[in-house]
This record gives sequence, structure tokens and C-alpha cells, in this order.
Amino acid sequence: MLQNINWSPLWISLKTGFAATVIAFFAGVFCARKIMKLRPAAKGIWDGILTMPLVLPPTVAGFFLLMLFSLRRPFGKFLMDSFDIRIVQSWAGCVIAASVIAFPLMYRNARAAFEQVDVNLIYAGRTLGMSESRIFWKVIMPAARPGIASGTVLAFARAIGEYGATSMLAGNILGKTRTVSVAIAAETAAGNYDKAGFWVAIILVLSFVIVAVINIISGKGMQTRRWI
Amino acid sequence: MAVSIDIEKDFKGFSLRVKFDSTCATMGILGASGSGKSITLRCIAGIETPDRGRIVVNGRTIFDSDQKINLKPQQRRIGYLFQNYALFPTMTVKENIACGYRGKDKQERDKKVQDYITRYHLEGLEDHLPSQLSGGQQQRVALARMMTGEPEMILLDEPFSALDGYLKDVLQRDMQTFLKDYPGDMLLVTHSRDEAFRFCDQLILLKDGKTLTIGNTRQIFEDPGLIEAARLTGCKNYSAAERIDSHHIFAADWGISLRTVQQVPTDISWVGIRGHWLKPREEDGENCMPVKVTEYIETTFEHQCLVQNPRLKDGGSLWWMRPKNSFEEDPGKNLPTYLYLPPEHLMLLKK
Repeated sequence: MLQNINWSPLWISLKTGFAATVIAFFAGVFCARKIMKLRPAAKGIWDGILTMPLVLPPTVAGFFLLMLFSLRRPFGKFLMDSFDIRIVQSWAGCVIAASVIAFPLMYRNARAAFEQVDVNLIYAGRTLGMSESRIFWKVIMPAARPGIASGTVLAFARAIGEYGATSMLAGNILGKTRTVSVAIAAETAAGNYDKAGFWVAIILVLSFVIVAVINIISGKGMQTRRWI
Repeated sequence: MAVSIDIEKDFKGFSLRVKFDSTCATMGILGASGSGKSITLRCIAGIETPDRGRIVVNGRTIFDSDQKINLKPQQRRIGYLFQNYALFPTMTVKENIACGYRGKDKQERDKKVQDYITRYHLEGLEDHLPSQLSGGQQQRVALARMMTGEPEMILLDEPFSALDGYLKDVLQRDMQTFLKDYPGDMLLVTHSRDEAFRFCDQLILLKDGKTLTIGNTRQIFEDPGLIEAARLTGCKNYSAAERIDSHHIFAADWGISLRTVQQVPTDISWVGIRGHWLKPREEDGENCMPVKVTEYIETTFEHQCLVQNPRLKDGGSLWWMRPKNSFEEDPGKNLPTYLYLPPEHLMLLKK
């Protein structure tokens, strides 16, 4: 059976996962950093907005993304006409959908990690004459590393498994936008349980590796306590 | 070398109104916790911004709300030693110290870092992380990191409060040695009168966000002038006082009249004396109070007695510190019949 398998969904999933993780990483860290500078009231509101994709069904995110990027809508049409960029039914659509869904995990983990960093470290850096960006990248990010790292891995896991928003925005084109999750749904719907089961097994292995990586990263620099 | 501060900042339920001018190289702010002393220090460093006012350090205006001047902490060149040292946890000792260097020249930086590592006795610890160091070593790294930038002035926020007993004594001695080589001004914030006395030539007393008084340290301990100031400097004995004539007062809570060396001001309301200055006497005489011990507290090297005047019904107590001769000594024995309040040590106080 393995000879007949088209491996493209796995590569598309991994490619999408990496691209979306990079986007979610920088967007999440950037937003978490901005949020840390806000007053409590504004912080609450923005935090709610940025967490939305995590609590809403992915299809709702897919709906909004489609509203934005559809070729029949102003923005999507503008992208197509002016830059020849097509988001719907394309790999870029896969990446955007996965990024939006993975973003809150990155953002929330980064923010939680920043909240744990002693503010005096920032003040110390300032009185020592260090620039704000140097303080952020050399002092705060390393101090927040375990939280940032586990956020990154979780975002990657979420991006790889994304189905709802991806199928709405990017569709199901073999070799182009069909990811493993989309393949599982499509094969099951078509009654091809063997093929669906094969992809399920692939996802199980992948997930196990991801969880192991999280534990290894967050175990470092963090004391593991045992409650007796 | 001079610092001039006049700032206001309002918080919920607390307002800071601090104003002082100082021309002294070693200054201290003494105040209870919550008196606003740390906020004042943070305002000078630029970590916190006052609502209104002016801060001038060595003729350089670093903050002025009227002229809209508010230099960034990076531009102020004012070192700040944090209470918990705030060492960068993921950097080694060497990297931490290098962060304090303000120039661009890498060779010069490495030379300087090495110099400060030697100066602050950190040899062999260069590649350790802060979490692998003792409290004393951490403090030396924080000092070295601050000094590498050659700040014009340094601010020390309760530098010894996180340390205990023996280590504190050693570190205080070390700190005095390090500070001797430092050419700039120092401002230390503390709630400990002993630290204030030991490190500062000039003291600013703060209470509830307001400047109470400012002056030469020894003078403030000798003659605090205000009852609140006397309290902050650790004086425990007070009595309501009435003026009799230019050198005599009546201390109502102790039930005795007292001769003073200082001329008695007309608006005197309190008199105070430090428990260490009280002397035992066997015979009645000038400035003597009869003794009835109502409470006894044993400390490591002192007998501390609360003493009342037996002739008064609701008299106030005198807290009398008496050095021990040995640990076996019976504190109940050899109690004097009178306590003498030396006129030169009486503090005439106002509200």
C-alpha cells in the first residue's frame, strides 16, 4: 500500500507548520511585548481580542478570513489585481489560516513567560545604559525562554493539526493545499479507511514527538517538583 | 557635587512630596517602610516619573516638568543597586559586568571587566551564573556591573536588608572599602538607623512621603528637633515637656524636672533621651528619676529594662539599655535606686 501513497500532504503539513510557527512566533512575541506596556484596563481588552482565535471554533476564523481574502471582496480583489497575490485556494491560505489559529497559543505563552520576569531586570538594564531592544533580546527573552519555547512547540503542533479554517480558506487541492488533517477528513468521507488510518498514525507519531520535545525544553531550567 | 530635588507624585491613598538640597558626597534617606524612600530613589534613577517637579544632579537637570525635561534612565548615568541585585539570570558573571560598559570598544570593555572582576574579588567566578553565587558574591557582581559604567552618582536601595547576621557585617565593611574608591556621590536608602549612621554624612528623614528634616548625620542623631525625627533615628524615650525657664523643663511622664544644656525654646512640647545614655545612680540628685522596673527584656549583649517612676500613677516608661558583663549575670541584682538623665543628652523636641 505504501507505494501508492502520495506523501505530499505530510510535506505540505510540515511546510505549513514551520511557516505558520515562524509567523506566529514573531507576531505572538511582538504582541505580548506590546501588551506588557499597557495599563491594566487596555491590557484586558486587547488580551481578549488576541485570544479570540483560541476560543472561537476554527470555522468562525475561517469565515472571517474568507470574508477578507475572497476574490469577490475588496481586499482580496485588491491583492489579486495589484500584486497578483491569491490567498484563497492556495498554499499561502494554508499558512495564513494556520498562523491565525496558532497565534494565541504563542501569544499567551509568551505573555505568561514575560509576566514571570522580574521587572527590576528591565530597570537595571536601563540604568546601565542598555538600549530597550538589547534589554528585550539579551535579558528578557533568555529569561523567558522556557515559556517561549513551549509556546513555540504548542503553536507548531496546533498549526500542523489545523483543519477548520484551512479547509475553508485553502480548500482541498492535492499537492497544493491538502494537509494531513484535511486528507484524513477527505479520505474518511470517501470511505477510504485504510488511507485515513495511515494519516492518523502519522499524526499520532508526530504528536508524540512534539509532546516529548515540549517536556524536554520546559524541563530544562525549571525545577521539577514532586507533590507528596 | 550636589543634588537638588523637589518632586511630587500622587498615588491612590499616598502622595509623595519630597524636597531637599544636598551638597554632600554620601547621603542617606532614612524612613520607615512605606515612607516613599524607594520611590524617591526610583524617580532620581528615571525608573519612575514624578507628576511635577525638578531633579538636578551636579548642575545637570535630569527632570523638570515645567521645561518638559525628562531624561531616559539610559542618559542619566546614575547607577542603581537593587535590593535583590537584579542580576541577569541567564548571563555569567563576566557577561553581567560587561552589560554595564557604556562604550563601543570591545577590547577596552574586556579590559575593564577584568579590572572590576579583580577589584571586587570575583576571580574564578567569571563563568558562574548568578544562581550559583552566594548573596555576598551577588552583591559584589551587582556593584561591579554598576561601577563599570562609571556613573556620576550611585543609588543604593536597602543594600543589606536581604542579608543576615554575620554576612551583613562583613558586607558592610567591604562596601565601605569599595565606596572609598568611588569618586562620585552616593545616596543610600535604608530603614536602619545603624546603616544610615555608618554610611552617610548627611541624612534626609522621610515620613509618609514628606521630607521631615535634613542635616548632618551626627547632628540629626544628637538633636533631631522633631519628635518624629527622633523616633526615626531610634529614640524610644519621650515625655511631654513644659518649659520652666531657659534651662529647665518639667517632664510630666517621668514626674521630674530636668536641667538642660541647650536653651529651652518656648514652643517645646516633648523631651527625649536615648536609652543608652541613661546612667544608674544610688542617690537622688539633679536629673534623677526613682526606679521601678516594670519589664525586663534580655538581648544578646544588653539588659533592657522598662523603668517607671514609682511616685507617679500612670507614668511613662524609660527604656534603659545596660551592657552585660557576662551571660550568667543576674539582671535583677544591682538595680540602682535612681536613673540619671545627663543634661547634655536631652533632646528638646517639637511636634
